[in-house]
Amino acid sequence: MNPKISLQSVTKSFGERSVLNGIDLDVSASEVIAFIGSSGSGKSTLLRCINLLESIDDGAILLDGTDISLPGLDPDPVRRRIGMVFQNFNLFPHMTVLRNITLAPRKVLGLSIADAETRGRELLRRFGLQDRADTYPDQLSGGQQQRVAIARSLAMEPEVMLLDEITSALDPELVGEVLDVVRELKGNGMTMLLATHEMNFAREISDRVCFLHQGQILECAPPEQLFGSPRNERTQQFLQRVIDAGRL
Amino acid sequence: MIALTSTLVVIGLLVTLIPRTPGWYKVKRSFFNGNVFSDTFPRLLDAFVKDVQIFLWCAPCILVWGMVLAVCRSVRTPALFPLRLFSAAYTDIFRGVPVILTILLIGFGVPGLGMDRPWNSPYLWGSVALVLTYSSYVAEVFRAGIESVHESQRAGARSLGLSSGQTLRFVVIPQAVRRVVPPLMNDFVSLQKDVALVSLIGPIEILRQAGVDKSKYANFTPYVGAALIFLALTIPETRFVDHLMARERRRTSGTVIK
Repeated sequence: MNPKISLQSVTKSFGERSVLNGIDLDVSASEVIAFIGSSGSGKSTLLRCINLLESIDDGAILLDGTDISLPGLDPDPVRRRIGMVFQNFNLFPHMTVLRNITLAPRKVLGLSIADAETRGRELLRRFGLQDRADTYPDQLSGGQQQRVAIARSLAMEPEVMLLDEITSALDPELVGEVLDVVRELKGNGMTMLLATHEMNFAREISDRVCFLHQGQILECAPPEQLFGSPRNERTQQFLQRVIDAGRL
Repeated sequence: MIALTSTLVVIGLLVTLIPRTPGWYKVKRSFFNGNVFSDTFPRLLDAFVKDVQIFLWCAPCILVWGMVLAVCRSVRTPALFPLRLFSAAYTDIFRGVPVILTILLIGFGVPGLGMDRPWNSPYLWGSVALVLTYSSYVAEVFRAGIESVHESQRAGARSLGLSSGQTLRFVVIPQAVRRVVPPLMNDFVSLQKDVALVSLIGPIEILRQAGVDKSKYANFTPYVGAALIFLALTIPETRFVDHLMARERRRTSGTVIK
């Protein structure tokens, strides 16, 4: 079967600084991949490249076998199929929760207000936020805001979700409610790529964990193998630091 | 209490000291003449209606044209670079020339083309000059607002598949406008005053009327009357802007530090 997403020697630099150094990875449909690695290893940039928020310098990104990274290609149809959730939620502060969710379905997919709102309320109910539809993002806790952001992304019915450190800005006691949502998505067979610092969560939820170091994937393996008996020396060092910090 | 006492002391000193100056008697007669004031004030008030009218039709034009300029300045597509260039040049020119010069140049220059009525009206070209100048100020205010919206908002919108135009329209501009309402109001308070400059090319509005009455009575009191009329409008406007700014501060920062 064709991979859902295929990264082929993806290379990206910001000026002199090389951020991605030839990333190769095939992701099958319904697969969950976790990217781990220290800050600056390129996890977030990689996700932003897949969402075409950053252009790549070399290589190719294939979605269902079609190269989406060609320069000059209209990025909007691609972004409709690939949802992205950000570390800082990026909700629109001037809109109610419900309007945050219905904006893109209405303006991009052309749904009527009624249809978009039905879809939005359904998602809010799914994530236990049905009574928050008419509040503004600033009036919600971080965990609630992040769940709204996930709902907003899902309202476009994407085929792939990119989750960029979605729990990093949250108070520890709010992380759980967001991770529950991600578990539910996995249960529904969503293809997901996530960058995370939550090692236990990466271990629990992902089919494969990839360790990034200086813009390269040094090791990609099922979680029990990568966390249990990492092959690469750098991976071992990184995991040792995480264990020393009490995070695993 | 301290504030009240010090204010009273200052006012008391002014009231007792100014009349002791040698020229006070003459100044009082030619600037604060009660009879002249009551004769001319109603005419000034009538003429002021013109100022308000000019203000009212200029303000919406300025808002629309200013926003168009700001959006042109903010486009990022390389193909549309000429728009950015135009907008930048426009604001540079009209912000750099004193309003009064723009009014004189346009107000005397364009009617010189010899067009028929109503296309030679000083009201029209005076207003056009005000719109041209003020839209360049307002465009800068809007642009600052647009640039103050964090990049992550664009990322959030674009990642949902919204086009750059939709992102600007539904996500960036609504937030930008909210933020710039107070500084925008400041510009409109000064527009209210600068409308008087249109008198230089002919229309009988309040400043012109005061000038006519000044000559008629050989007395400066009409100018004082005109000033009072302006203040009656601009002081409430300014207080309202202060109120908006304070509210915005409370809303964005949560607390106000004295």
